[in-house]
Amino acid sequence: MIPEIEYHRFSRLEDALRFLSENPDSKIIAGGTDLLVQLRARKINVKKLVDIYNIGELRYISEDSGEVKIGALTTIEELKNSKIVEKYVQPLHIASRSFATWQVRNIATIGGNLCNASPAADTAPPLIVAGARLRLKSIRRERIVPIEEFFRGPGQTILNPDEVLVEVNIPKHSGQWFFNFMKLGRRVSHILSIVNVAVAVKLDGGRIEDVKIALGSVAPTPIRAKSVEEYLKNREATLENIEKSSLEVVKDIKPISDVRASAEYRIEMSKVMVKRCLREALKL
Amino acid sequence: MEKKKIIFKINGVEKTVEVEPNKTLLWLIREVLKLKGTKKACERGDCGLCTVLLNGEPVKSCLVLAVEVDGSEIVTVEGLSRDGELTPIQKAFIEHGALQCGFCTPAFVIVGHWLLNRNPNPSREEVVEALNGVLCRCTGYRPIIEAILDVAKKRK
Repeated sequence: MIPEIEYHRFSRLEDALRFLSENPDSKIIAGGTDLLVQLRARKINVKKLVDIYNIGELRYISEDSGEVKIGALTTIEELKNSKIVEKYVQPLHIASRSFATWQVRNIATIGGNLCNASPAADTAPPLIVAGARLRLKSIRRERIVPIEEFFRGPGQTILNPDEVLVEVNIPKHSGQWFFNFMKLGRRVSHILSIVNVAVAVKLDGGRIEDVKIALGSVAPTPIRAKSVEEYLKNREATLENIEKSSLEVVKDIKPISDVRASAEYRIEMSKVMVKRCLREALKL
Repeated sequence: MEKKKIIFKINGVEKTVEVEPNKTLLWLIREVLKLKGTKKACERGDCGLCTVLLNGEPVKSCLVLAVEVDGSEIVTVEGLSRDGELTPIQKAFIEHGALQCGFCTPAFVIVGHWLLNRNPNPSREEVVEALNGVLCRCTGYRPIIEAILDVAKKRK
């Protein structure tokens, strides 16, 4: 049973923002494929639900010369089917293909996945390596934050009670970039990640000019693997360097043991997944 | 708890119902509309047995609030046959013996029906991928896959 709850539905962003500013004890529902499970398990205590799912102005994927803009209520299935995402935000596209199942992708939104702030959220590592920025809006003001500053802990973000994540901005990359995303779970589909990893590598000839690596499910928030990145920068893109760099990941992660895997297993598999993800991205 | 009035279409028929906001679409289908083909099992989005079509797309009805379907169109397994005539998918499930205990069958029939509507000629891999959100614990996936492929083949 889901506990008793008040329900408020909005189809205009402005109305929802005004309601949130006057009702700080509200929780936003933006699809609800995670939220309903949490409510039923009484993991969260909510008095008022604010349903923003029907705010059509937050559902779009567009591009200009410099960036891709994704409305927060875009569903994961829409990301999967988007030519713009496939072309310009490859790791997010790969992640959307292996995200849960049809029945969930049809409802779950990118904004919901991010604001739910699961350490295992599959959209987070791809957006971190893609350098995404999040547009947060309240009735009073608007701010744009790098996605890496957004997560605070499991289920925790920097969002104020009156704020809504309205848009994800992803810069278009120029130059010779290679992207990838991989997840490890107990089965191929329909599974929460034990470890997930996204990489973005820029090559200058055979040399790694720039690199970003992010992992999920191995710390309280999705995290950058900065030790691995430091090791790889300005080195040749060889199998040997990738193998050595992947060992550095233990300095960046802080996994726990849970029902899906032990901390020890996550540590070992983080090395393997970083190596595999880089190898596949660079075809080594 | 304040009830909300919702208007929706289910299996082609318009309904107006007052629901409490903490009730799910699954509850609406089974307990208010008394359509028991849609099964209640895990109630946490894991098993897929409560799958129905919401505005033409498969969703897990345990993960949708009843109040959210205001203005929507829902199809359950009861809405597939016409005038007592089973659909090709339903006939193929019988021919292939694509069930053991039968508890997951409505969900597989719904997903199979949806898949063939959007992709009349799916590969085996596409069928497997479409079915990956529904669990069968009698390990009967093979005849289910073959039943769906058979419908596609016969239509050609």
